[in-house]
Amino acid sequence: MAEVTIPAPVVTHDGHGHGTTTGVSNPKLGMWVFLGSECMLFGGLISTYLLYKDRIGDAGIAGRDVFDIPFTSVSSFVLLMSSLTMVLAVSAIGRGDHRRTRTWLLATAMLGGVFIAGQLYEFTAFYREGLGFTTSLFSSAFFTLTGFHGVHVTVGIVMLLSLYTLSLKGRLPTERAESVEIVGLYWHFVDIVWILIFTLVYLIP
Amino acid sequence: MSTLEAPERPHDDVGEHDDEHHDHPTDKKYVKIAVILAVLTAAEIATYPGEDLLGSFLIPILLVLMVIKFWYVAAFFMHLKFDARMFSWVFIAGLATAAIVYIIVLATFEFFV
Amino acid sequence: MAITEDRPLALPVGEPAPLTEPPLGVFRRPTTATGWRSWLTTVDHKRIGIMYGAAAIVFLIVGGVAGLFIRLQLAVPDGTVLSADMYNQVFTMHGTVMIFLVVMPIGAAFSNYLIPLQIGARDVAFPRLNAFSFWCFLGGGIFLNSSWFLGGAPDGGWFNYAPNSGVVFSPTNGIDFWNLGIIITGIASLVGAVNLITTVVNMRAPGMSLMKMPVFTWMALVTQFLLLFAVPVLTVAQVLLMMDRLYDANFFNVDAGADPLLWQHLFWIFGHPEVYLMILPAFGIVSEILPTFSRKPIFGYPFIVFSGVAIGFMGFGVWAHHMFATGMGPLSVAAFSLATMFIAVPTGVKILNWTATMWGGKLRFDTPMLFAIGLVTMFTIGGLSGVTHAIAPADTQQTDTYYIVAHFHYVLFGGAFFGFMGGFYFWWPKVFGHTLGERLGKWNFWTLLLGFNLTFGPMHILGLQGMSRRIYTYSDGYGFNLWNFVATIGAFIIAFSVLLFVINIIASHRRAKHEPPVGPDPWDARSLEWMLQSPTPAHNFDEVPTVTQLDEFWHRKYAEDDHGVVRRVATADEIAQPGDGTGVHLPSPSYWPLVTCIALPIIAWGLIFSLWLALIGGAVLVTGIYGWVMEPPDDLDGGGIGGHHHADDGPAERTEVPADADAPAVEQEVAPVG
Repeated sequence: MAEVTIPAPVVTHDGHGHGTTTGVSNPKLGMWVFLGSECMLFGGLISTYLLYKDRIGDAGIAGRDVFDIPFTSVSSFVLLMSSLTMVLAVSAIGRGDHRRTRTWLLATAMLGGVFIAGQLYEFTAFYREGLGFTTSLFSSAFFTLTGFHGVHVTVGIVMLLSLYTLSLKGRLPTERAESVEIVGLYWHFVDIVWILIFTLVYLIP
Repeated sequence: MSTLEAPERPHDDVGEHDDEHHDHPTDKKYVKIAVILAVLTAAEIATYPGEDLLGSFLIPILLVLMVIKFWYVAAFFMHLKFDARMFSWVFIAGLATAAIVYIIVLATFEFFV
Repeated sequence: MAITEDRPLALPVGEPAPLTEPPLGVFRRPTTATGWRSWLTTVDHKRIGIMYGAAAIVFLIVGGVAGLFIRLQLAVPDGTVLSADMYNQVFTMHGTVMIFLVVMPIGAAFSNYLIPLQIGARDVAFPRLNAFSFWCFLGGGIFLNSSWFLGGAPDGGWFNYAPNSGVVFSPTNGIDFWNLGIIITGIASLVGAVNLITTVVNMRAPGMSLMKMPVFTWMALVTQFLLLFAVPVLTVAQVLLMMDRLYDANFFNVDAGADPLLWQHLFWIFGHPEVYLMILPAFGIVSEILPTFSRKPIFGYPFIVFSGVAIGFMGFGVWAHHMFATGMGPLSVAAFSLATMFIAVPTGVKILNWTATMWGGKLRFDTPMLFAIGLVTMFTIGGLSGVTHAIAPADTQQTDTYYIVAHFHYVLFGGAFFGFMGGFYFWWPKVFGHTLGERLGKWNFWTLLLGFNLTFGPMHILGLQGMSRRIYTYSDGYGFNLWNFVATIGAFIIAFSVLLFVINIIASHRRAKHEPPVGPDPWDARSLEWMLQSPTPAHNFDEVPTVTQLDEFWHRKYAEDDHGVVRRVATADEIAQPGDGTGVHLPSPSYWPLVTCIALPIIAWGLIFSLWLALIGGAVLVTGIYGWVMEPPDDLDGGGIGGHHHADDGPAERTEVPADADAPAVEQEVAPVG
């Protein structure tokens, strides 16, 4: 029989309109499982950094010689605030307030963009001061760790802008609010990784 | 069949809600938490000029601040505190495995000596 | 921008879906259900499982031929079959292919096919992501093997220790192929793990608590967690190596102050869980076969389950036993030595439970049972040699000798592969509707057992006599001649056995055309998949069963009478679902997973040869992802992307689709909440 009744779109716990064993949604659970694995990824990069942070090679440039802690502090603050705007976006779409959702999504993406711009500025400054990717073990480890993080942030920005565009085109209804939440989870995780990096790389001498 | 029910809000998960007074933080609460995070960050940054004063307390203080910030973002912004336990378990599993395994690796490299 | 869509969303079973105006042209979802194109776009977990299995068998031949070349080279002293350089490539690829392209994918094949059936689900949590995993694996495997034709295969061993694997000592592109190829297959594994974990946690039939799941599903679940946490670590190691090789970083450059042990630690943090994730699915398979052919429930189900979980946990704590001879320091060595001894315990528990399952049972020695018993016995031998490795002082002599080669072949070949063979013979009728020939099957088993033991048994002796691993030849006069020759004979017997397996597949397929269908339950088995017709209907269950106990299907066939005697109360045919679920809604096929996966090897070739190619690959990747996200939705596939991207896959047009008011309310099958 080819006739079907198209149900009113319902996003229940698994995002499909079907129940799940635990009552939690499949995509959301999937994202948390994925974030569990990301802990191992960033853990490996962080450990490599910690191991090599004092191996500054012939160039002799250590982190403290080039880090601009005030500058990075502002960057960190920016990223932290982007988590706030993210959570406000989730809250807004939950209420069905799509204009606000877009505002906060855009704000989050922009704050993320500011963060990335800050990173790029920092990296070019380091490079000019003699700390390139291949200069020493410390530098390789530093740039790989922060680079990976930066790529993750950039992917997040792309996702945020995609959500923004979908919303603008009317294709992100309240029923699909969970997708914003799931992108939010990814975004907060990336923020958490930066919380770790800021302390372990910049603040701990 | 759930086809005719009103669409459910994403944060009304049928998970355990073991929180204090409300189902789910309000926007105001989120802003408050952001303020707390900002204060904590400020405290972290404040250690930078005061490094010599703090001496061997520096690293423990920074680590504690780091963990607190981590917790706030995970529990509130990522909603773990109010969501089904399942999410916390899978995340903590990854976190714990990473922490233990990498601390052991660093230990074999005599990092903590 | 209102886009109306008036094609029906459901893909009715058994009928071609009517073609209507595609809303976004190229974004129309494919609708073919038959033919080779349908395999390219399938998101059906069963078809994906079959493809995993088929690809793995092809790679088995590739890796097996490499193995035969090794044995040919080592058959006599001062062999001239392979040059030293060629030999390095051959043994590296033998190991890499067997591990990443044979054993892991066969595990994935069984997991993909069986998990949804065993838990009473219609498909996995993210069907398109499932297809993505397969194509990703295939792309990575093809990419890795393309190295043979593009400058030489990787040649640093399957573990490619740095700094030997850096450009200074390994100047060809081979190791770059290894790096990137395994990163690609790693993505496949990781994505698959997210998928299957979500599936097992969230899509079980009503009443199926975790402790009522079949043992295979449990072992597969633990395997997925191992994959989830181990693969990222390998990715880190490989990224670091890639930075060194392609961009002159210094992570493993000792002159710059690097510590070569960093590679080894990162690699083995992955590598040890890796071996457990290779064996656990086979353990699960055996735990299904033994009870069926002993007509007894598995002995100590909770112990089997918990020991599997324990193996998973502890697997992350023993990795440095691969590094006893590296000079880590006595404290590390002692700690890991102790941990390794402990990990033998849960495996021993399993061996005990399997033996106790058979004890007093009414044993039938069909081919699946033979292979299962083969695993139990051969793995025990391999496990015992493993215990000897755990004793660090003894390992200092054994490491890097053929004694280790013997150990891991006994556990991986005698263990995992025998288990998989048993699984093939056991579930073949369910998958394809006919059994594999029993006579050929027995020949298959006995020749494999003989060939395997002839090949790897003597390696214990060779190793203890001092024959080192990874040497392309040995001289006369060391005393290695006899057993090497015997091992080579054994290897060709193995090859013959594999040939018998392939012949059996073909012959059984031909024979099946003249035979009546095999029915749902040829073995009188215990779990839910046997409750369905053979081959499994596309929609799996007509009606999701409610589960009340472990071995639910068995207990519907058999019950205890008043005197406590077990009696059959229903035949399989009476209980089996007829397979005619109408109006069951299946996830629609999609070609975006395939498109996305084609991009990855292109990017990889690009990173090695030409950045322009990498950019083109990148463009294809982005296109693939956006196409995936944007394609028209499908009710059951709403979570198709899972993980990274928003689960939403498209338009809100659903609200604009006119509900067909006078159509009967076709029951959208709802998996009832547990």
